Amino acid sequence: MKLESKIPAGPLAEKWARHKFSLKLVNPANKRKYEIIVVGTGLAGASAAASLAELGYNVKAFCFQDSPRRAHSIAAQGGINAAKNYQNDGDSVFRLFYDTIKGGDYRAREANVHRLAEVSVNIIDQCVAQGVPFAREYGGTLANRSFGGAQVSRTFYARGQTGQQLLLGAYSALSRQVANGKVKLYPRTEMLDLVVEGGKARGIITRNLITGKIESHSAHAVLLCTGGYGNVFYLSTNAMGSNVTAAWRAHKKGALFGNPCFTQIHPTCIPVSGHYQSKLTLMSESLRNDGRVWAPKSKEDAVRIQKGEIKPTDLAEDARDYFLERRYPAFGNLVPRDVASRNAKYVCDEGRGVSKTGLAVYLDFADAIKRDGRKTIEAKYGNLFEMYEKITGENPYELPMMIYPAVHYTMGGLWVDYNLMTTIPGLYALGEANFSDHGANRLGASALMQGLADGYFVIPYTVGDYLATIGPADKIPVDSPAFKEAEQKVHAQVNQLLSIKGERPVDDLHKELGHIMWEYCGMSRTAEGLKLAKQKIQALKKEFWTNVKVLGDSEEMNQALEQAARVADFIELGELMVDDALNREESCGGHFREEHQTPDGEALRDDENFAYVAAWEYQGENQPELLNKEILEFENVKLTQRSYK
Amino acid sequence: MKINLKVWRQKNNNTAGKLVDYQLDNVSEDMSFLEMFDVLNDSLTRKGEDPVTFDHDCREGICGMCSMYINGRAHGPQTGATTCQLHMRSFNDGDTIVVEPWRARAFPVIKDLMVDRSAFDRIIQSGGYVSVNTGSARDANEILIPRTVADEAMDAAACIGCGACVAACKNASAMLFVSAKVSQLAILPQGHSEHKERAERMVAQMDAEGFGACSFTGACSVECPKSISLDHIARMNREYLGAKLSSENVQG
Repeated sequence: MKLESKIPAGPLAEKWARHKFSLKLVNPANKRKYEIIVVGTGLAGASAAASLAELGYNVKAFCFQDSPRRAHSIAAQGGINAAKNYQNDGDSVFRLFYDTIKGGDYRAREANVHRLAEVSVNIIDQCVAQGVPFAREYGGTLANRSFGGAQVSRTFYARGQTGQQLLLGAYSALSRQVANGKVKLYPRTEMLDLVVEGGKARGIITRNLITGKIESHSAHAVLLCTGGYGNVFYLSTNAMGSNVTAAWRAHKKGALFGNPCFTQIHPTCIPVSGHYQSKLTLMSESLRNDGRVWAPKSKEDAVRIQKGEIKPTDLAEDARDYFLERRYPAFGNLVPRDVASRNAKYVCDEGRGVSKTGLAVYLDFADAIKRDGRKTIEAKYGNLFEMYEKITGENPYELPMMIYPAVHYTMGGLWVDYNLMTTIPGLYALGEANFSDHGANRLGASALMQGLADGYFVIPYTVGDYLATIGPADKIPVDSPAFKEAEQKVHAQVNQLLSIKGERPVDDLHKELGHIMWEYCGMSRTAEGLKLAKQKIQALKKEFWTNVKVLGDSEEMNQALEQAARVADFIELGELMVDDALNREESCGGHFREEHQTPDGEALRDDENFAYVAAWEYQGENQPELLNKEILEFENVKLTQRSYK
Repeated sequence: MKINLKVWRQKNNNTAGKLVDYQLDNVSEDMSFLEMFDVLNDSLTRKGEDPVTFDHDCREGICGMCSMYINGRAHGPQTGATTCQLHMRSFNDGDTIVVEPWRARAFPVIKDLMVDRSAFDRIIQSGGYVSVNTGSARDANEILIPRTVADEAMDAAACIGCGACVAACKNASAMLFVSAKVSQLAILPQGHSEHKERAERMVAQMDAEGFGACSFTGACSVECPKSISLDHIARMNREYLGAKLSSENVQG
């Protein structure tokens, strides 16, 4: 398949402005003749649905949660980046662009990233206008902080609940359009298939989670704003319901999947406590601004701490290894997420980890408290410290926090062109669900920025171009054969899951998949391990389809049935991630192949052979997928080895 | 530790429910309350019994989805926490724990411990927003908001919409939820131009949904996982009264 990224011509800083002018417009009176489906109501989905409805389109918005306000964007803590340069510290659109491209280890498109940096400033204006209570200075201006690897203070925040406040802003805009009759909401409704006819996306098949009813919805365009697939690892910081099903089923209908192996492991999460663990909780990395990361210098001390014989506070300063400060004097504790995570893993692999499991390092605030006083620290991080204490039962004002990396974000996703359209005309992917802007590693406080950029400021322009091209008559009714056939397939899968009546609960199989992915396709990967993982996943797929146990029936609220369908898709995705990781014979960003590292253990890119987006094309059940390459061209930045020393 | 559970089981909204006894023998004190339910559901599934349906999603206290009424308290014995943030170390070996769904006429039971809270969405739709279209905002720093005002708005905006306030109230009143939004937008200059209509409309919708009246006992604020203050109810009452006295847009 020929991949057309549709990157506009012209100088980088003018591409988006020129492109907006070249896009076709839909006459205001004609907008009401179009239907748009938006799946997912997180930052990307809610902002897109609200903005498109404001323009006059008829929108149907779907979410599996009981309310659009609960989408997992709500859990983002730290902040949102914008190139406002309010702090007069040298920030600019170009600098935000440059930091994002570099942070992504040169595996993102220049044009997309520059557009993201450009619209970042509009996002802050929009959110403030909606009443989002960002943190302020005493004089009333907006406050900023520096965040995760940035050397300027460009992050806007609302305590440790920035995602919540931004989502509630988008949700309020969405609610206003529901009241105006321009958006129809479908909560507790899950998309189970995409309908493609005549080469275009025509609508979706959904299951009402309360009644179990399978329904068809037709539209001129379908927007997937369905988030990431971190739950393929079972344990992640994602919500329990976060899943890949909508994106995966679109993939099986022809949408290419970009860079599936690019996953982000977040360095500051609360460590695992036992086998019953259902999810991992992130501690915002803003904590790294004041906390110092360390582990005992000697294995012996680590073991004594693991056994509970001594406390971390008993360890003298010279018995501690502040390993990030030692290895990266320039950035210290603020190195990007992938670097911080990998270093924590190395320390634990050396046997210097702490906690009962030996899988944790310290994040210590003692110096910050001494320097700024407890009150200041409490004002900055009070709710995070509280959250930590609730989960672990330990007081982080007295004992250093324990942290360990956990899966947090997926940079990969459906391949989209500059207009955010997938390889299926009429099907778009926004936010974390697409692959586009973060390359091989996402910088802190950039996810919220991208979700809202796509929804508020990109899709309202680009979707119009497609709609104006096809015209209002180009839509098919829900009783047409394409819909009926897709409905039949969904019914058949639901019935199949219920009829297996095996021995193993869904969660049990999901946990097994998670172990395989974490072990072989996690922070550090090898060809040998990935090959083994592929075999294991294939075996697990067989086991799933012969031995899963789903009780109850399809015509009722049935959470195990919902979960079973999601895990079935995660298993298939897992295999593709392994293929992608195996294909990418280099290390870049979150993807670290042990075979490819510099003598001092840093990621070693291969720009000559791998400066491309791997876009995978589905070839049918149990067939190897076909690799398509979109070559990345860099005209404005020079590819260098990322150095945070 | 050993835990005895009495869990509300109800097939759907058309059938009667009842409390059913379960016993768990190997509960770790580091488990969250919902992980304890995962363990229960795993054992029920293996035995061929229907697992317990309950709402949950983020499991870190922010999405507002989880909603269990535990030993007569919304979200259980801890204050300032959701059910998913409750850990078994808050209980003792051998304890009996009664777990029910939120009980309120405006929150009908869907199944077991899961209820329908869409009434909250409809209340927000009735006016819980600032009417500003995408693209028509001015520069963010042109609106100066003193830190103390922003902080107070943030206190109100922290509401997660879980419905614990309704469940905790003997009248099943939604005043704390509604007032949190009314108050946030009344404090901020951005929300000012619509403040009268907002108070009127949101209160009218709250009544239409069948929530009870507020008798200001304060149970809602105590059980609120985000400790939303009663001050916001006072502010909403003031907003509502002011609106009723001076509004040109008088509604029922």
